[in-house]
Amino acid sequence: MPIGEWFNKQKKPTPNNPSLEKRAVPDGVWEKCKGCNEPVYIKGLEKNHKVCPKCDYHFPFSAQERVNHLTDPGTFDELWADLSPEDPLHFVADKAYIDSLDIARDKTGLNDAVVCGTGQVNGRQVAVGAMDFGFIGGSMGSVVGEKITRLIELATDDRLPLIITSSSGGARMQEGMISLMQMAKTSAAVARFNKSGMPYIAILANPTTGGVTASFASLADIIIAEPNALIGFAGPRVIEQTIRQKLPKGFQTAEFNLSHGMIDMIVNRLEMKQIVARLLDYLEPKGVAQ
Amino acid sequence: MKRFAYDFERPLVELETKLDELKRLESADKQDIAFQIKYLEDQIQKLRVRTYSKLTPWQKVQLARHPERPRTADYIEAIFTDFIELHGDRIYRDDPAIIGGFARLGDTRVMVVGHQKGRNTKENVFRNFGMPHPEGYRKARRLMRLANKFKLPFITFVDTQGAYPGIEAEERGQATAIAEDLLELSALAVPVIVAVIGEGGSGGALAIGFGDRIIMLENSYYSVITPEGCASILWDGGDGADRAAEVLGLTADNLLKLGIIDIIVKEPLGGAHHGPALVARDLKRELEKSLKELGRVDLAELVEKRYSKLRNVGFYHQETGLAKTLNLNTLTSE
Ligand SMILES: [Zn+2]
Repeated sequence: MPIGEWFNKQKKPTPNNPSLEKRAVPDGVWEKCKGCNEPVYIKGLEKNHKVCPKCDYHFPFSAQERVNHLTDPGTFDELWADLSPEDPLHFVADKAYIDSLDIARDKTGLNDAVVCGTGQVNGRQVAVGAMDFGFIGGSMGSVVGEKITRLIELATDDRLPLIITSSSGGARMQEGMISLMQMAKTSAAVARFNKSGMPYIAILANPTTGGVTASFASLADIIIAEPNALIGFAGPRVIEQTIRQKLPKGFQTAEFNLSHGMIDMIVNRLEMKQIVARLLDYLEPKGVAQ
Repeated sequence: MKRFAYDFERPLVELETKLDELKRLESADKQDIAFQIKYLEDQIQKLRVRTYSKLTPWQKVQLARHPERPRTADYIEAIFTDFIELHGDRIYRDDPAIIGGFARLGDTRVMVVGHQKGRNTKENVFRNFGMPHPEGYRKARRLMRLANKFKLPFITFVDTQGAYPGIEAEERGQATAIAEDLLELSALAVPVIVAVIGEGGSGGALAIGFGDRIIMLENSYYSVITPEGCASILWDGGDGADRAAEVLGLTADNLLKLGIIDIIVKEPLGGAHHGPALVARDLKRELEKSLKELGRVDLAELVEKRYSKLRNVGFYHQETGLAKTLNLNTLTSE
């Protein structure tokens, strides 16, 4: 059963039977939760959209899982999937960039760190994009910048609501300045989109930092974060090295960002689609005049 | 006075110091000394050429950071007249790491904004070493809007190691402040000209660092991440900044080849601080030339052109062979 379908049938997470926990099970059936340190039954976890049934910890979601989760079953049409990165700087450090790309491709099955396309959210047609942290830390190089820009342009031209889920360490170092310029490129596309009067909802998942937070991900009409997601400009390690002190507990979490006024709300993944749909109802460009 | 010198400059500085001593020397044999001075001067000239004519990317990064390198305020003073500085973001405070205001370039009224580093330790503490907080970027945005409203060409000077990575900067929304600058700058209906005069460090530079023309001084750098930052990710430690500078492709030459920037302004041997007036004169000439060219373009068209210029940045191809592997589970088994 597709995840989306399952979601419509079952709103509440199913807690695992506690008596099962102590039984010896083969590897790969249970996974230790980083939130509560308890073993979680993987099948149950997947049915629960990778949210820990015990403590609500949000396990990483792939880009494909994101779009499947947000759009109605069978409605997502992927676009520009064959767009692939090049190695303009011939970047070689501890590893050659082309080798990192191969590894990332094998790991994720994607050509780069974002999946874009169109689909429906409760019957409403939308342009939707999702970043994949598993692909070189969800970093934004030429392909991510180009696909995000194309998606924003598509939403502008076809007058579609725009929904982008981010999960990224920022601009991709291995493409140098070309990556940095993708921040300007995607932001410029948002500026044009804004004239269309159509809504843009950004969803920030763990983690969203650097050049992605400092460009299109922070330029939405509504910004939603998943619980506990790390969101910020500079990474915690860089800040600690700069100020030479330990960061306070909870620094740069979604909750921190909410209290400092950077995001509109924190939404549990299990409720994300319904909230997005409810928001889109308010964001129809009909206005008072009608 | 002990002169500041990087390691690669030290042999040269030692010779220069020797020459100074020789010149001060009182000696009976005037002729012999004159001969020695002449000899040393020749040696110095040769060594100077050898030291500076084939700089590595890392050496250029060092020159870009040289404590005597002219700063934004120096260029504003040398290039423009009638500068009136404007302060504050109208929300929180005035960030001294970014300065800006009205100025005249020849007869043209413009808005100037730039990162400002200090000339000494005390000033650098005040200016936070040219690393802005969100209020700096919000001040820049306010000035962008002013420029747009009164149709003043927008000229920026880029010279920062990056936006400040600190607790308060995060609390006040560093990412949002930068993102909003990018959005605003992309749509300004006036000519936008950028001059990278020293360090172009990451998003904190980009916030005021792209436009219709991007000019770079020969020994400035513009990079997605500082060489040190890159090195600490790649090699897990501060070492290797020189190697990182190499792989990041951050020099003006390289960025011109990649089509990221448009114009390079030459510097005297040893860097801009060896001839600030000369560099300011050449930079002024390029600013005037760009302004003249852009002044002929209709403002709406200018914004369109800026967009297509950004739109074209990127290297990618269509991977037809992999197109069928979009289905997640099939690829992992290959
Ligand atoms: Zn848990």
